Amino acid sequence: MRLAAIAFTTLLLAAGRLPAQHSFTQDDIDNGLRLYRNTCVVCHGPDGDGVPGTDLGHGKFRHGTTNDDLEKIIMTGLPGTAMPANSFTEREAFSIVLYLRQMAQFSGGSAKPANGDSARGKAIFEGKGGCTNCHRLQGTGSRVGPDLSDIGTLRRAVELERSLLDPNAEVLPQNRYFRAVTKAGTEITGRLLNEDTFSVQLLDTKEHLVNLQKANLKDAAFIDKSAMPSFRDKLTSPEIADVITYLLAQRGFDSK
Amino acid sequence: MKTRALLLLMLALPCAHAQVGFDRILNSAKEPQNWLTYSGNLLGQRYSPLTQITPANVKNLEMQWVFQSRSLEKFEATALVVDGVLYTVQAPNDIVAMDAATGRIYWIYPYVPAADARPCCGRVNRGLAIQGDTLFMGTIDAHLIAVDAKSGKPIWNTQVASPGAGYALTHAPLVVKDKVIMGVAGGEYGIRGFIAAYDVKTGKEAWRFNTVPGPGEPGHETWGGDSWKTGGGSIWVTGSYDPDLNLTYWGVGNPGPDWNGDSRPGTNLYTDSVVALDPDTGKLKWYFQFSPHDEFDYDAVQIPVLGEMDWLGQKRKVMFWANRNGFMYVLDRTNGQFLRGKPFAKVTWATGLDDSGKPMRPQSSFSTFEGVNIYPGNQGATNWYSPSFSPHTGLFYIPTWENYSSVFSKAESEYVEGRNYVGGSPRSIIPGTKSAQVLYRTEAEGYGAIRAIDPKTGDKKWDFKMTDVTDSGVLSTASDLVFAGGREGYFFALDAKTGSMLWKAALGGQISAGPMTYSVNGRQYVAINSGSALFTFALKQ
Repeated sequence: MRLAAIAFTTLLLAAGRLPAQHSFTQDDIDNGLRLYRNTCVVCHGPDGDGVPGTDLGHGKFRHGTTNDDLEKIIMTGLPGTAMPANSFTEREAFSIVLYLRQMAQFSGGSAKPANGDSARGKAIFEGKGGCTNCHRLQGTGSRVGPDLSDIGTLRRAVELERSLLDPNAEVLPQNRYFRAVTKAGTEITGRLLNEDTFSVQLLDTKEHLVNLQKANLKDAAFIDKSAMPSFRDKLTSPEIADVITYLLAQRGFDSK
Repeated sequence: MKTRALLLLMLALPCAHAQVGFDRILNSAKEPQNWLTYSGNLLGQRYSPLTQITPANVKNLEMQWVFQSRSLEKFEATALVVDGVLYTVQAPNDIVAMDAATGRIYWIYPYVPAADARPCCGRVNRGLAIQGDTLFMGTIDAHLIAVDAKSGKPIWNTQVASPGAGYALTHAPLVVKDKVIMGVAGGEYGIRGFIAAYDVKTGKEAWRFNTVPGPGEPGHETWGGDSWKTGGGSIWVTGSYDPDLNLTYWGVGNPGPDWNGDSRPGTNLYTDSVVALDPDTGKLKWYFQFSPHDEFDYDAVQIPVLGEMDWLGQKRKVMFWANRNGFMYVLDRTNGQFLRGKPFAKVTWATGLDDSGKPMRPQSSFSTFEGVNIYPGNQGATNWYSPSFSPHTGLFYIPTWENYSSVFSKAESEYVEGRNYVGGSPRSIIPGTKSAQVLYRTEAEGYGAIRAIDPKTGDKKWDFKMTDVTDSGVLSTASDLVFAGGREGYFFALDAKTGSMLWKAALGGQISAGPMTYSVNGRQYVAINSGSALFTFALKQ
């Protein structure tokens, strides 16, 4: 995944905030996004506005303003607050700051679709869209694709939109589809749960937990593309907005 | 049969009560039932003459006993076995003496390291040395301790360096004659490394060799400014000894700071080098630097493996060295002459080695502040994991990380005593895809292998490929078996000639140690650590 960052780079350089050793590449920003998603998103939310009084994507911080301030806070935490120290390296902390600085620039202008309707989105999700054929949500639907029960706490509108329109843009390693063919010719596909030298563990399309010995397979490999179809031509723009609005409302089992 | 058994018993008896004089260690091949040094012999081969377990019967191995350590640290120690007693270290620094046939504990020497001990990469210990009735252990708070092998009582305790300044002792010591040789770890803390020898009876320092030479010492000119004061050059894997040449060989770790060499212009001797020292005086006989002015953390902390080889029609005393930097070297160990070097895994930091063994660096291979993707990655194409050389097959066996890279980027760093002094942070090109027990691997992250190289040609003879990478050492035996494991928790036996898998056991915990073998009452055992436990196997009876 590549996020356009040239405009942002210019912005930062113009602001004169970057000492020489803090030049960076697109990889740094992408890495910052991954680190943010793995750690920060839990409290700060996908849009960076999860903690009252802060909006990380729009430069609204309660403590510190410069890149150096933020890096230090990310690494050492803020005593007396819920912000813990983290074991990030300096470069990783810097990457997260880079991502924060550009978060707002690429949200498509608005964090959420203006006219989306969650109830309509639910109807599409469960009906026309056929999403529950693969995805599970609040205990309903298939387990083969990623469970979306808390997707609203993990992903931004712009990211959900991209997944709906261009599912191949980003497939997380843990969500890749795997295809195995036994020596007897049986084909098994599903989500790869684990793998070692001698075996693979899958959740197959019938939602069975399957353990396969590689010695019994004649073919076993990841499927390059996402198993999800693009909804670009299947749903209208307003319908997409409804689905995104519905998904953004999914904040875990306790907050239906 | 009875007469023969009696004779064997008589031969065995004097041995059973004898002290482990240095002559026994020198002649360890004559008592293959024991494992007297970290690598099994002074040549560093991790090769056993034992032949009871063979390619034909290895499928009949079964577990005999397990020692569950009370430590959640990586269990990196290789046990010693002396006349039926197994000695190992429960991390960080408790010595445990056990019956080698049953695992019943005779005694434990508990040691609580000082609170300021801060080894970079785990509170680990890799093992012990023995001389006479005395065991020697380095501690993570940089003490060298002598302990009575019968009673478990301490004899002497020498402070080697300051743990508060980042120094730690993690490797198994090496005894040569009347001295115990130890080096200091701490390459991520801006230490100034050294190797030192201590009197086995008193613990008094006999000599010290600075791996980062100071003013007036040869090699000092390879360090710009005051950079030598914090130049690293750690020692964290045991050296070898050639009794004929009376030379001890040690691999030296990375320069500090690890990933940014701007503050230390020069080749930075003797970091990432092998040094050949006189064990009586500590004087440097020769050195060979694998990775000059390193910015990729390519410690030369591999076991110096000594063997004989035909080279241009002549028998040469050589040293085999599969380096973290991805090249496999053959050196003449009498003088350090470079004979051959070839990549044994994917390498992009150098296009090759010149006639003197120096790396040829393309401009694209130099580290930057922005980051550059380099093969092998930060953990190396191999690392501290013991390789093995079998004089029987003539093959060299390497725990290998193949197709593995890191994005290296520099950062500024300021030296503060006892704090990390690393100058950057390498990362995976695919971060965040591994958890402790479930593998979401991507092909781009590379894979692990046990790789057999023919040192006569430098070519790969066979590969045993694993899905995940490996931190396991390798053991070879005279019956042409190779034992190793990996992060997946399997421990397996391979045919040493072909690499085909003959037996495996799912032990469930990452293997971060080298296998070893010994025998008690004529029965051969193979031992390996997995997770935080030590497992032993022998043939079904």
